[in-house]
Amino acid sequence: MSTTNEKDWPLWEIFLQSKKGLDHKHVGSLHAADARMAVENARDVYTRRGEGNSIWAVRASDIHASRPEDQGEFFDPADDKVYRHPTFYPMPEGVKYI
Amino acid sequence: MPEKKQEALFQQAVDGEQKVEPRDWMPEGYRKNLIRQISQHAHSEVVGMLPEGNWITRAPSLHRKTILLAKVQDEAGHGLYLYSAAETLGIGRDELIDQLLSGKAKYSSIFNYPTLTWADIGAIGWLVDGAAIINQVMLTRTSYGPYSRAMVRICKEESFHNRQGYDILMTLSKGTPEQKAMAQDALDRWWWPSLMMFGPSDKDSPHSAQSMQWKIKRQGNDELRQVFIDRTVPQAEFIGLKVPDPKLKWNEQTQHYDWGEINWEEFNQVIKGNGPCNAERMAARRKAHDDGAWVREAALAHAEKKNKRNAA
Repeated sequence: MSTTNEKDWPLWEIFLQSKKGLDHKHVGSLHAADARMAVENARDVYTRRGEGNSIWAVRASDIHASRPEDQGEFFDPADDKVYRHPTFYPMPEGVKYI
Repeated sequence: MPEKKQEALFQQAVDGEQKVEPRDWMPEGYRKNLIRQISQHAHSEVVGMLPEGNWITRAPSLHRKTILLAKVQDEAGHGLYLYSAAETLGIGRDELIDQLLSGKAKYSSIFNYPTLTWADIGAIGWLVDGAAIINQVMLTRTSYGPYSRAMVRICKEESFHNRQGYDILMTLSKGTPEQKAMAQDALDRWWWPSLMMFGPSDKDSPHSAQSMQWKIKRQGNDELRQVFIDRTVPQAEFIGLKVPDPKLKWNEQTQHYDWGEINWEEFNQVIKGNGPCNAERMAARRKAHDDGAWVREAALAHAEKKNKRNAA
């Protein structure tokens, strides 16, 4: 997303898992020459107080995102399918565990 | 969509407390204003390492050394969180650094004051970080998502900085008369510059009104400054130090402290580059950047060599 010239270390997006069983969450970015340096720098920048036990580093240029200006039509197909939600189906009183 | 309509929709979203994210449409002024503010904030964290780094080898015990080292490392981290947030607005790291080193970008005027004694390290943590926390807690609610998230992370860490500073001054104020005098001297020198950290009075602040409308800032400079004074004066009294303001007095009616006048001429001089340490700070930053050039180049060359090998 940012304008980087070739002399600069590339930008990496950093994802942290705070403990086993949870998902990795985006925490920010940093610059590093290669993947190993990205992971080590992420440890120093984003986990100084035990905030994470697993780090993912992804080259920012490898991330593809949906476009906010297309948001309406892009997510539209999900909007009119209320029958995908359990609350669409009224259950008679007395029916249990469903 | 016409620009005016987009701006109206943008303001509506901001008024509705929706966060703005990097790829959302935003007015050019909003983007520019944020780049200026976030990068200025990032530069302040980085330059802020210098006055404290000055004391790492001279801290009075191994315990104090390790604490100060951790604090300075945090400041580096804060600078990096903020550069990362600024870069989401489409400006490169190299450009941000160039702006600092060329003197085009500003950093907090407070770091142009010297740290003469060990007590100054206490005063920085207690007063300078204390003032910064009040500003930064407000900024956790800023309208720009990446800035707000960086602020949440920073605020979690600032509280340690604030307390370790107070702890240093509390220890000195319980020490020998010389040590107590040293603590008082630090408060005397750092009090007014700390009040200046909140920036000019709102009526004289060039960016305030627009920043408030865009919810980049959520509270005015004067209001935040008053919060700081109300919180800090009793803390000073508790450790037996006297705030250097003869007009300082609790006002029963307003439930706030009344206080004296900031010397804005001094503030403007320091901003303009005529503070006691402006030249020294910039020289240290430029030297660090130049001395690190070969490391940046070597790491990149190493990465390229490995890439070529993997491709072969």
